[in-house]
Amino acid sequence: MRLIILLMLCIVTSGWFELAFAGDKQPLGLPPVPIPEANPQSPEKVALGKQLYEDKRFSSDGTVSCSTCHDPLKGFTDHLPVSEGVGKQKGTRNAPTVINAAYYTSQFWDGRRPDLESQSKDPLLNPIEHGLKDHGFVINVIRDDASYPASFKEVFGVTPEQITIDHVALAIASFERTVIAGDSPFDRYLYGGDKTAMSESAIRGLDVFRNNGRCADCHKIDPKSAIFTDNKFHNLGVGFKRIEANMFDIVEKFRIAKNEGNNIDENVLTNAEASELGRFAVTLDTQDLGRFKTSTIRNITVTGPFMHDGSQKTLEEVVDFYNQGGEKNPVLDSGIRPLNLTDQEKKDLVEFMKALTSPQFVM
Amino acid sequence: MTEKSNRRKFLKQVGTLAGVSLVPMSLVEIVWGKESSEKFTFAYISDSHLTQIKGTQFTTNFDDGLKRAVTEVNFMSPKPDFVVYGGDLAQLGKREEIDHGLEVMSGLRGVDVKWVIGEHDYYLDLGDYWQQKVSKLNYSFDHKGVHFVVLCSILTYDEWMDKWPSAEVRMGQMARLDNPQGSPFMVKDPQIEWLKKDLEKIDNSTPVVVLSHSPLYKIFKPWNFWTEDAEKVQAELQRFDKVTVLHGHVHQLLYNQIGNISFYAMMSTAWPWPYPTTYTQQQSAVPKLTVPMNRADPFAARDGTGWGFIDLDSGRANHHYGLWENPSRAVVFKGSQPEDSQFQDPAKQIPPQKHY
Repeated sequence: MRLIILLMLCIVTSGWFELAFAGDKQPLGLPPVPIPEANPQSPEKVALGKQLYEDKRFSSDGTVSCSTCHDPLKGFTDHLPVSEGVGKQKGTRNAPTVINAAYYTSQFWDGRRPDLESQSKDPLLNPIEHGLKDHGFVINVIRDDASYPASFKEVFGVTPEQITIDHVALAIASFERTVIAGDSPFDRYLYGGDKTAMSESAIRGLDVFRNNGRCADCHKIDPKSAIFTDNKFHNLGVGFKRIEANMFDIVEKFRIAKNEGNNIDENVLTNAEASELGRFAVTLDTQDLGRFKTSTIRNITVTGPFMHDGSQKTLEEVVDFYNQGGEKNPVLDSGIRPLNLTDQEKKDLVEFMKALTSPQFVM
Repeated sequence: MTEKSNRRKFLKQVGTLAGVSLVPMSLVEIVWGKESSEKFTFAYISDSHLTQIKGTQFTTNFDDGLKRAVTEVNFMSPKPDFVVYGGDLAQLGKREEIDHGLEVMSGLRGVDVKWVIGEHDYYLDLGDYWQQKVSKLNYSFDHKGVHFVVLCSILTYDEWMDKWPSAEVRMGQMARLDNPQGSPFMVKDPQIEWLKKDLEKIDNSTPVVVLSHSPLYKIFKPWNFWTEDAEKVQAELQRFDKVTVLHGHVHQLLYNQIGNISFYAMMSTAWPWPYPTTYTQQQSAVPKLTVPMNRADPFAARDGTGWGFIDLDSGRANHHYGLWENPSRAVVFKGSQPEDSQFQDPAKQIPPQKHY
């Protein structure tokens, strides 16, 4: 059994690793990965990033690494409704997959960070994730390590004294930009011209996805590629019931706390009510209340449970939820409305989503 | 495709900016001159067109618009001093619709409403039920040094009002656009006389804010974006240093400057109207300054609707439009006229939709 897992890990890792560096082997169905000018990719940096990503020493009790909640063997998620950090503490949100996160224009469910670099630094200090007091802890581990100093020297040309958390962030982000996956049956069908790549049911499901299901309005499919997100934030009503009755007080309290300099990252992951404020926590714009980022749905079969709070276990549940028009609330997005899909359409839609799994993640 | 993706990119950038720089609410904030300690805010909701289907059934989409505005006013911090309702609460002037509207508006937490009547509230019973249950048709009030005047600007010729076989037919006729049997809106002489008297005691330096349903100038007659005797009303307002007219009716982002008077249209909570083409029967007053609203996304029923937010700095209005599911916009008084703070430069404008 262990051997099988190990073998799978090799397949998984070698899969995305190779793809990221072969410019001519761009995964079918994906646009080029946006690489920030300030953080060019290199094989050495990516390897260092991977090592840092998997290092459990960067946590208060030595049990949590990035891969604890974003586990390559679990579709870069943890398959839990909400993630568990140090001391098995539960947060408030479902771990989003790292797969294709490079295409998001903001990170976290509420978009509170603009890029992978800035995102990677927050969980380290969050009391219920890695639980560290400061980033200095990470830097000390790196300086005292047998191999890290040489790697940082090679990648960034820095001495151990010059290593900062920003170098760590650059390396982890570089690694994450290699975790991309296309080449699904859908990609072969739509972009590869293979009309047999998807089942008849999935082909009908694609039509539902684009038309009666109104899915593709947010989960975008473009003519030459599909990242399945509009990179915007929407209120579907998921979890809003938790705050609706007291929403005026909760909003007022949050405004005061934020004005007093309260840490948003900590607040939304430790406070169940603050978590449901969604994008509002970042913008303080009441239009953003209960809005969360549109997730990609590539590889959705291996990244459940679904929604920001992990409250939906199956794709059938997800389809039923949208079909009923989300959950009514005073700030529901006006594009979310009952769909009146037939049972056949619902089944086809699920079949279509199953066709979005990349070969390296087929379980 | 290119146009669309450029727009998306642009919207995204603007959205980010707006998110940090604007309080996305329709509130009016007044600050002026020496007594600027009297700074205050008020919100403005308009044109909800609540439509009875039968019995207690109403069109959900329009209900949702008004409910959303009420919710967002309740979220305002600090609270507004009052809320203006800009008219057309009802669709066909029915008692049921007005009652339903009052019920939804009663969700406002601890804040008074200043009511303006629209033609959809008026033409069934010529404002009887409105006056019984809601408000007077025209009145004035002073608030922290600003003189507010509410006008009933949707009257018309007596002969037209009397010519229909029933009240329902009359209401139906007035509810149509491009109606060859329609009749232009008017304030009418008796009300203009009342206005003259009301303003007699007001000093020229006092900021005046006029609240009407129709624009108090002439834009496009076939849609009644028009007040037939607007010039007479404008003449009464000419002597004041600072005059702002806030109106509903046009369901679009619109502003203009005529002499000393700044005009701002408020958004509808129900649906957006397109911009009318230039009308040449008389000299056109289609405001040259107006930058069209961002193209609405048909996916989102609320896009193209919303409410607004104004601050009157030194007696001049800066108007922030809170546009649902679209980036907020600000139209600010700059030099001698209102200008769109983000989109006035033609290079920054989003091209209007030219295909379907």
